[in-house]
Amino acid sequence: MDFEVIIKYLPLYLRGLQTTIILVAISLVLGLCLAIPIALLATSKNKWVSFLPKAYIYFFRGTPLLVQMFLIYHGMGQFEVIRESFLWVIFKEAYACALIAFALNTAGYTGEILRGTIEQTAFGEIEAAKSCGMSTAMIYRRIILPSTFRRALPAYGNEVIFMLHGSSLAGLITIVDLFGAAKIVNARNFVPFESFITAGVIYLIVTFLIVWVFKRAERHWHAYLRPRES
Amino acid sequence: MLQVIEYLPLILKGMVLTVEVALLSVLIAIVLGMIGALAKLSRSRIARGLAGTYTTLIRGIPELVTMLLIFFGGQILVNNIGAKLGMEYIDVSPFFAGVITIGFIYGAYMTETFRGGIMAVSRGEIEAGYAFGMTPLQVFLRITFPAMVRHALPSFGNNWLVLIKATALVSVIGLQDMVYNAGLAGGSTRQPFTFFLVVAFLFLVITGFSDVGTRWLDKRYSVGVRKA
Repeated sequence: MDFEVIIKYLPLYLRGLQTTIILVAISLVLGLCLAIPIALLATSKNKWVSFLPKAYIYFFRGTPLLVQMFLIYHGMGQFEVIRESFLWVIFKEAYACALIAFALNTAGYTGEILRGTIEQTAFGEIEAAKSCGMSTAMIYRRIILPSTFRRALPAYGNEVIFMLHGSSLAGLITIVDLFGAAKIVNARNFVPFESFITAGVIYLIVTFLIVWVFKRAERHWHAYLRPRES
Repeated sequence: MLQVIEYLPLILKGMVLTVEVALLSVLIAIVLGMIGALAKLSRSRIARGLAGTYTTLIRGIPELVTMLLIFFGGQILVNNIGAKLGMEYIDVSPFFAGVITIGFIYGAYMTETFRGGIMAVSRGEIEAGYAFGMTPLQVFLRITFPAMVRHALPSFGNNWLVLIKATALVSVIGLQDMVYNAGLAGGSTRQPFTFFLVVAFLFLVITGFSDVGTRWLDKRYSVGVRKA
């Protein structure tokens, strides 16, 4: 191991880490905003309403993120309409394309997580709310959604880690994220071990941090599920 | 549309490669996962430590990073060893590197799957096997393994689906799978969207078939279980 190379390029790695974190954070927020309506519609009892969101979830969970990203980054230029409209400002930027692909992808996964948890809401709770005279909107706001977010927490933690790891694909379309930085260091010096292990270690640290944060969050939000301490 | 038909054989050739990579790497993953699970459940502290490090490291690092590390790093490692043995320059093929990497990564996920499955096998069945005078290997092959499959299957099916999607990454190291070929076809026809959409659809076809497969396996290994 040649540590000099690592130290020399450490600023590049840190800038890459910053890009990775911003990319992941924005796509998670956008993805979650999309996932909530998707999950609500997917749980609808009306087949015509639940069909589209279910198809969305099926498509984005069934195909590789790489293909989805290429569809947006390479694919959008195929259409004259897009190339000539204001949208082209967005789709010609690798950064924006990666962001859109990640957000849509995580919306699919998160949507499925929320759909599952919404459907598993104990029916007694809903019945109780109904007999208290709550309207449907109020039941969702006060009963179903808060309990859904609590129960979805562990699965969502996995999704966040999945998104962090998936974001490394951004390095393939000219973005200098953490993986992109490792790629540059390897290409300039041909030091695959040093370059990729450094990136790997940083990814590992961030992963552990996410796990830790979610453990803390679960301790707080799942306090009522913990066995009683004597 | 005509261009899609023209390039379809190329894409389908890539699809065959994708399936080949997926099947070979899942074999490696199963073997590694089995070894890992037995190591994690063994009494030896060293084996448990090694298996624990393996699963934590692999699951904490993006597949892409691991893949390029093994592809570029493996090249150097193989040649350093080769040079010491006095061999000529060896070119590690992307196919080999891709299969090994994906197998190695998903071996870590399979370790967790199989560990859970083995732990779900009732202790009495295993004890009964020993009471009949079976050797540990016999107990494993005749009792633990067949009884474990049913418990491990749902998680195994999930891992397999994720693995199939991960094979798309081998296009990054130059392997001509369907994503790579779709890139070629999309480039020369200037219809990348069409071709990537075809590939996305083909991935859905593969996962659809896998679903049928796991259901069949589930039926076969749940023969002795009563269900409501």
